[in-house]
Amino acid sequence: MLQQRHLLGLEGYPAEDIQTIIDTAFKFREVLDRPIKKVPSLQGVTIVNLFFENSTRTRISFELAQKRLSADTVNFSASSSSLNKGESFKDTAQNIEAMKIDAVVMRHPTPGAPWHLTDFIDSVVINAGDGTHEHPTQAILDMMSLHEKFGRLKGLKVGIIGDISHSRVALSNIYGLQIMGAEVTLCGPPNLIPPFIRELGVTVSTNVDDVIEWADALNILRIQRERMGLGLVPSIREYRAMFGITHERLENHQKEIVIMHPGPMNRGVEIDGTVADSDQAIILDQVLNGVASRMAILYLLCGGKSSEEDES
Amino acid sequence: MSHKILMDANQIGRSITRLSHEILERNENPDQIVLIGIHNRGVPLASRIQSKIQEINGVELSQGSLDITFHRDDFRERLVIPQIEGTDIPFSLDGKIVILVDDVLYTGRTIRAAMDELNSFGRASKVQLAVLVDRGHRELPIKADFVGKNIPTHEGEHVNVTLIETDDVDSVYLLRNQES
Repeated sequence: MLQQRHLLGLEGYPAEDIQTIIDTAFKFREVLDRPIKKVPSLQGVTIVNLFFENSTRTRISFELAQKRLSADTVNFSASSSSLNKGESFKDTAQNIEAMKIDAVVMRHPTPGAPWHLTDFIDSVVINAGDGTHEHPTQAILDMMSLHEKFGRLKGLKVGIIGDISHSRVALSNIYGLQIMGAEVTLCGPPNLIPPFIRELGVTVSTNVDDVIEWADALNILRIQRERMGLGLVPSIREYRAMFGITHERLENHQKEIVIMHPGPMNRGVEIDGTVADSDQAIILDQVLNGVASRMAILYLLCGGKSSEEDES
Repeated sequence: MSHKILMDANQIGRSITRLSHEILERNENPDQIVLIGIHNRGVPLASRIQSKIQEINGVELSQGSLDITFHRDDFRERLVIPQIEGTDIPFSLDGKIVILVDDVLYTGRTIRAAMDELNSFGRASKVQLAVLVDRGHRELPIKADFVGKNIPTHEGEHVNVTLIETDDVDSVYLLRNQES
């Protein structure tokens, strides 16, 4: 099975395991095309979705993946929980695990929280986003979508455009793509590109036109409107003029380029509506591949024995 | 391990011809029949039956393939990542006569999983089972409708089928552990 028992982050994740997940995910894509889109692989497995931070599409995507594998699921969101009554993170998690569950899918605003969780529960832990740190399942579905489009990841040139500092999507994509042999260039306002990121072996650019010229695919990150007020981005108009993937900008380049966006999109800010709806955009394929790759991850992590159990 | 040939290419060819005739004889509406091969070796066997039936009465049956990995009941006990070939049934099975094709019928668990998976593709009017070899030792109440050859076996023996399409040579042979 997979070498690691949990899926916490893609930093240092084995390349062959990423490939296994992607290959398995393509098989689940076929299941999603059936009249009855459900297989019994995880019958009797109980999975808890622990969401300490708001999420719509990631939670729905995980829930659909779980239901289509016939797992039993329980949803927990921070707003309706005992956290409001002062219960600690550790107590909440241990109480849920005491009810005999097999896996936890967790989103948490604090970087590193899923690692911390593995210290005091025995279930399989899957990171669905920890603060500004990692979002491994998003990076896997992005890589699956690139693999579907290009037939390979090795040697691909991927530009990641936007607010790199606050993006867990960017960081997981950087790790994953580099492990799979792709090249990554980051592009965005200089104050939103953390200095340490160059140490990861990526190229950094502040000229989006250079990146378009170089790249096979662009992954365009959302400019979070809540950051506008913090003085990090002068204005929406200025951001769009400097870094927005506009219809005119792509027209000027006259080249085939694949457009990705993890969603939710701000049309007219980081991406034009016409670009998002064009044939070169694979944004909706990413959404479908998200369900398939989460099915593959759950199947591979919850379906088999862990390597630790094998040894005993 | 000792090694004993049970069927050669000629005998396999004759079995497929007989199976094809029996399938036609048993089912009055050949245009309602679809052949579904179970990965791995059921798939080439289904193709061979399809071309044989076309040779016999000119009807080209629809053909699909089934990968039962996601329906296995022993996945949690297996330690290796399964080779998943994928299922390909590009038509509805509603009202069809489905002939499931596999190489060896043994415990019946593969067939149980296959029947389970078939339900996802529509409600077939009938499901029948064609196998090249029935080696006995069923663990479930399942029986084949069309059998190429019955080969009674003991525990500790294995029946292996090789086909040109998957293994470069047509043969059925028995493997026996020396101790048993």
